[in-house]
Amino acid sequence: MNSTALWYATRASGLMALVLLTITMVLGLTTTTRARARNWPGFAQQEIHRRISMLAVVFLGLHVLTSVLDTYVNIGWVSVVVPFTSHYSSFWVGIGAVALDLMLAVFVTSLLRSRMRPSTWRAVHWLAYLSWPVALAHSYGMGTDSSESWVIALGVACTLAVVAALVWRVGAAGRQWEARRAHASVNEAPPKHLALTPMRDRSGARRV
Amino acid sequence: MIRIVIDPVACDAYGYCAELLPEAITLDEWGYPIVDGAPLPADLVEVARRAARDCPRRAIALRERKGGSS
Amino acid sequence: MLAVSSVSETRPTTCRYRLLGHPTDLAGHVETLGPVPLPGARDRDWREAFVSGLEASGLSGRGGAGFPAAIKLAVTHAGGRGGTVVVNAMEGEPASDKDKLLLIRSPHLVLDGAQLLAAAGEARRIVVCVPEESEHAAAAVSAAIAERAGTSHSPISEVLVRPPDRYVAGEESALAEWLASGRSLPTFRPDKGTPLRIGRRPALVHNAETLAHVAMLARTGPAAFRAHGVVEDPGTCLVTISGSVEHPGVVEIDRGTPLLDVASRATPLGRPQALLVGGYGGAWVGPAHFTTPYASLSLRAVGATAGVGIVVVLGPETCGLTETARVVHYLAGQSAGQCGPCVYGLPAIADDLARLARGQVDPSLQARLDRRVRQVDGRGACRHPDGAASLVRSALAVFADDLRDHLRGTPCAHWDRTTVLRFPAPRPLARA
Repeated sequence: MNSTALWYATRASGLMALVLLTITMVLGLTTTTRARARNWPGFAQQEIHRRISMLAVVFLGLHVLTSVLDTYVNIGWVSVVVPFTSHYSSFWVGIGAVALDLMLAVFVTSLLRSRMRPSTWRAVHWLAYLSWPVALAHSYGMGTDSSESWVIALGVACTLAVVAALVWRVGAAGRQWEARRAHASVNEAPPKHLALTPMRDRSGARRV
Repeated sequence: MIRIVIDPVACDAYGYCAELLPEAITLDEWGYPIVDGAPLPADLVEVARRAARDCPRRAIALRERKGGSS
Repeated sequence: MLAVSSVSETRPTTCRYRLLGHPTDLAGHVETLGPVPLPGARDRDWREAFVSGLEASGLSGRGGAGFPAAIKLAVTHAGGRGGTVVVNAMEGEPASDKDKLLLIRSPHLVLDGAQLLAAAGEARRIVVCVPEESEHAAAAVSAAIAERAGTSHSPISEVLVRPPDRYVAGEESALAEWLASGRSLPTFRPDKGTPLRIGRRPALVHNAETLAHVAMLARTGPAAFRAHGVVEDPGTCLVTISGSVEHPGVVEIDRGTPLLDVASRATPLGRPQALLVGGYGGAWVGPAHFTTPYASLSLRAVGATAGVGIVVVLGPETCGLTETARVVHYLAGQSAGQCGPCVYGLPAIADDLARLARGQVDPSLQARLDRRVRQVDGRGACRHPDGAASLVRSALAVFADDLRDHLRGTPCAHWDRTTVLRFPAPRPLARA
């Protein structure tokens, strides 16, 4: 296949994967328990989050395939998954491999979710938080289109979206923590009007 | 008779189950699911299985239980 | 001094079945009651005979749940050998002293019961759980274990442990969980047909008093046990009586004794306004039902439960609604923190009750209270919220006259004076 065509395909699918990954992150970050409005379709949101993440993986696959098949640059299959082993631009391809490994871990564990302990799945899923900035770094570090203004704008938009979602998530978690703490106040002594004088306190005799 | 059983320790009030099965599950004022323990009508069993599979905390189980009080 | 009565008064019997009043030391215990009837080396029929004796007795747990002892043994034994028998003396109910007293006065009876169940269930160790705060009971158990160690009275090893003292720490799955992982958290058990486990081995958790009964009726035979009590709830039990009484303490009664008769043993100061039966997770009983027998079905018929053997007498000078508000505040703070309806529901109910006590009412309070009580009932992993729900429901029924006044914003004259209830000091909660 024409090397230039492959090259365009690699860049296009890569950017597409980044955008889809960003949307996945935003949908994931804004999933919370109890903190959302009662009529918000949380289940639907989770479903869309899942499907978009699968779409991101498809584009990631295309991105990897086209870059390996492209004979103009030397990127072997191994360096797709093993970071920093590529002959071409080993550092930035390596960063890409790191992002891919992380995404793969999240993807595979999610497919096998029902077969593992929920805490294991959740721990691996947190790796997603790492995969997004690494993917972003890879996109810009590779350098090919980084000076194009629309590409820069895309990067800024993605970053703003994730940051906004993150801020919201932290706020929601804080609100939830506050709500729980309000209820924990019952651990303290009862309200003043309920702190009554015990009648004929024989507690000394009763302590056994 | 298939009934929905919710593990209250695992449940974290995501509310997806109530979204999928409003006929059988309602949420209390704090967002936690209320099930009445009655057997599920046959047409809801498939959706209930979906809800059980997709609960983020795996807090829903479908139990086969003989009729009468549990 | 604790008032202790060890003679049951209802029915004259030739067989002296009682838990208290025996010698405390091992030698005296063996001399008076005989050695614990454990199986001999080649005794093949022993287990079958023991199990059928336990079944015939109809003994049910004295720790609050009232589950039949024979069934629990069968379920746990089916879960495998080499398990643990756990002596539950946690006694989380603040109004109860019977288990601590039993360990101080008749520790060998409790330990004998554990040995018998361990032999029947092929367990390999016995763990006695006495809370951190109970120094006297712990000392008594230590001494008793030391007396028996290495003798034929304790073929299976006995060890004392001291879990932290919280209301739910005595719930049997929370206790098993503490032994397994160090955290007193109840587990969700929809199916009581599978045994509790510590690690992979089964655990048989029994209230200390239940074990004392096992040891007694193994010696006297089930007929002597059934000679007391009533058909649906046989035998005797220990009841802690407190509140507006002259002689608070622990008494030994026949199951089925009318409530007021039980309360009379402690000499109430004046005519009781109500009786709190079964514990803080139990229910109030009003004067209309003071003749109700202290037995499981009879109490259930009047909206109460036998629970743990507890009767708190509420005299005329205290407000039942305020007392209930205090209890629910306490119960809310004792939640293990695992289940939403309990974590959020109990404090909400406590809040509403506090306002009700004060007469600081809004028009939706009663409906809200009713709804919340209905919503927390049965929706936790353990029965903690159920107990609170039953207490509140009974309070609203028994103190209906006061309720009317409080709802009108005019609480009864003595609502903020004295209390007959006591609570342990508040302490931080080991969160889930």
